Amino acid sequence: MMLEVKDLHVTVGGKKILKGLTLSMKAGEVHAIMGPNGSGKSTLSYVLAGREGYEVAGGSVTYDGHNLLPMKPEERAAKGVFLAMQYPVEIPGVTTLTFLKTALNAQRRARGESELDAMNVLKFVRQRATALQINEEMLKRALNVGFSGGEKKRLEILQMSLFEPRLAILDETDSGLDIDALKLVAEGVNTLRSPQRGMLVITHYQRLLNYIVPDRVHVLAEGRIVREGGKELALELEEKGYSEVLKVPA
Amino acid sequence: MSASETKDQVAALGEKYKYGFVTEIEMERAPKGLNHDIVRFISAKKNEPEWMLDWRMAAFRRWCEMTEPSWARVRYPKIDYQDAYYYAAPKKAEQYKSLDEIDPKLIETYNKLGIPLSEQKKLAGVAVDAVFDSVSVATTFKEKLNDAGVIFCPISEAIRDYPDLVRKYLGSVVPVTDNFFATLNSAVFSDGTFVYVPKGVRCPMELSTYFRINASQTGQFERTLIVADEGSYVSYLEGCTAPMRDENQLHAAVVELVALENAEIKYSTVQNWYPGDENGRGGIYNFVTKRGDCRGANSKISWTQVETGSAITWKYPSCILRGDNTVGEFYSIAITNHYQQADTGTKMIHLGKNTRSRIISKGISAGKAQNTYRGLVSVHPRANNARNYTQCDSLLIGAKCGAHTVPYIESRNPSARVEHEATTSKIAEDQLFYCLQRGLSPEEAVALIVNGFCKEVLQQLPMEFAVEAQKLVGISLEGSVG
Repeated sequence: MMLEVKDLHVTVGGKKILKGLTLSMKAGEVHAIMGPNGSGKSTLSYVLAGREGYEVAGGSVTYDGHNLLPMKPEERAAKGVFLAMQYPVEIPGVTTLTFLKTALNAQRRARGESELDAMNVLKFVRQRATALQINEEMLKRALNVGFSGGEKKRLEILQMSLFEPRLAILDETDSGLDIDALKLVAEGVNTLRSPQRGMLVITHYQRLLNYIVPDRVHVLAEGRIVREGGKELALELEEKGYSEVLKVPA
Repeated sequence: MSASETKDQVAALGEKYKYGFVTEIEMERAPKGLNHDIVRFISAKKNEPEWMLDWRMAAFRRWCEMTEPSWARVRYPKIDYQDAYYYAAPKKAEQYKSLDEIDPKLIETYNKLGIPLSEQKKLAGVAVDAVFDSVSVATTFKEKLNDAGVIFCPISEAIRDYPDLVRKYLGSVVPVTDNFFATLNSAVFSDGTFVYVPKGVRCPMELSTYFRINASQTGQFERTLIVADEGSYVSYLEGCTAPMRDENQLHAAVVELVALENAEIKYSTVQNWYPGDENGRGGIYNFVTKRGDCRGANSKISWTQVETGSAITWKYPSCILRGDNTVGEFYSIAITNHYQQADTGTKMIHLGKNTRSRIISKGISAGKAQNTYRGLVSVHPRANNARNYTQCDSLLIGAKCGAHTVPYIESRNPSARVEHEATTSKIAEDQLFYCLQRGLSPEEAVALIVNGFCKEVLQQLPMEFAVEAQKLVGISLEGSVG
């Protein structure tokens, strides 16, 4: 197993959010996490990425056989954990390209690899950006400042493409996207599917899963996985709604 | 990872002040304390003409009647002006004829500071004057500057060699009676830099002075005078460092700039005096008077400062926009961490018609530091169509620091247009997390975010120094994440 989450309990500001979540995923697979608002979807993504304030009260997370929980967020990033965020943040005055170069080289340094110079970074970024319709002008703007919703999400996928993570978590990547932007992002994600990579696609709606077809679907409610199934489970949820499906015993 | 843990981890990385070493070198000092004899001693050491001694004595008499100002938002124990040395010099300093004669220990010191004094290892196109405690020890590139007619030398030398120029301009921008610290400087200044750029000459290289306080219990009082004659241009940069000591040392400099008709002076400072330790012990008291006079029409003076050091910074580089169509600019980054205090800003005095000024101030406060922007924009009755734009941005890191903005605006001409914008923000937790998630360490993340915040000012620095300044911004904030 690439990722094994066992009986995970997490509190945020003293409030219990995850209450015994168990989940496992093999490399090469795409799993969808679906659930109603407030079920703990974003908490799961943050705790896997190591965000401050998300306190693990019990359980374990194993990533490629190692205990993930004591690792610092930047250490996890260098080891291939990537979180495409629901709300990518703005950093005024820092150009997108500068940010990409800094992050890329920070990860390379942490892995003991040589740093890339500005020319090679630019070449690499250009090569990956074209498919996502990200032009030079966008790379010169300050990171996410004044970006549209679609631009922000495309930039997240570009970073996923550049950092080549082993575990990619996509937190509500579909939120705020119109259908064209959604297709573009989904295509980007699909081209990154690989036998070496696992993807955890977190979404509220089934719509995204028409484009990124998952191997497994997990339904998260009140801090636990209450149902699991194949891709057809997503369709069932769409048809019947969460309340109806959650009545059925797991 | 909790907030306090992050703070500790980062603090562990950032305790060292890279320039905090002491050079063991034989020093010659004047006796401790300040009186007429000390002023005479300094003047005699410099072989000064009579007029210079008279000038100093007048300043000293005046200073004895003045009281230390207390209006700035800085707190420090009373300074005992009799408990310090006012002159310290490496022995034999005055005999240096060429760079080869300089004590190798001094050369080593400057190499540690990253200042290549030896002309073989010269920084591309930068001439350097180096002031060690009270005396100037070396000036590079003299010949090339001579060819262009540019005078760039220690001010003590200029007083002897170019008395007419010095007498004409010294004290003409910052009068001897200007303020407590400037008057003190006028009495006891020991060295500094003099620059004269003749008519129509574009100075062929960046000029740079490095100031270094080395001796303990010693005040440094340097004096800089830059005169840009009609239609000339000069870009000048000063850098400052000092050893780490538990005591507080006084630095009270005066800088005067004179721009005649159509001349332009660009003055940049990277101030990294020892800021004191994380408990607020030691550090330099930096009480500096800097003023530029756009004396001739169409002249321009631009101040850029990156202030990261000193326990206390009290400094208001200003422009007197005397000539018509003159331009004054002030670009500032002031970073305070731990217990540092800064009260800094500018004065733009619009006297001439169509004068324009621009103020961009970026204050960054971390730890328990206090950071104040204090600025005056004054438009006089004759200054028709004067324009000012002021932008003051403050960034707070942590919950125990403070940022304050104190703008004064006086307009006595109805055609004036004065704009002031101010913002205060914090480094948001989500910005930090975003950076960490992409692999940056907490200190890299802070440096990146703060450099972004300061970008407009960093862009004003000469290319050769911009990269160093960016690094310095990161280093000064180590130990600040929380």
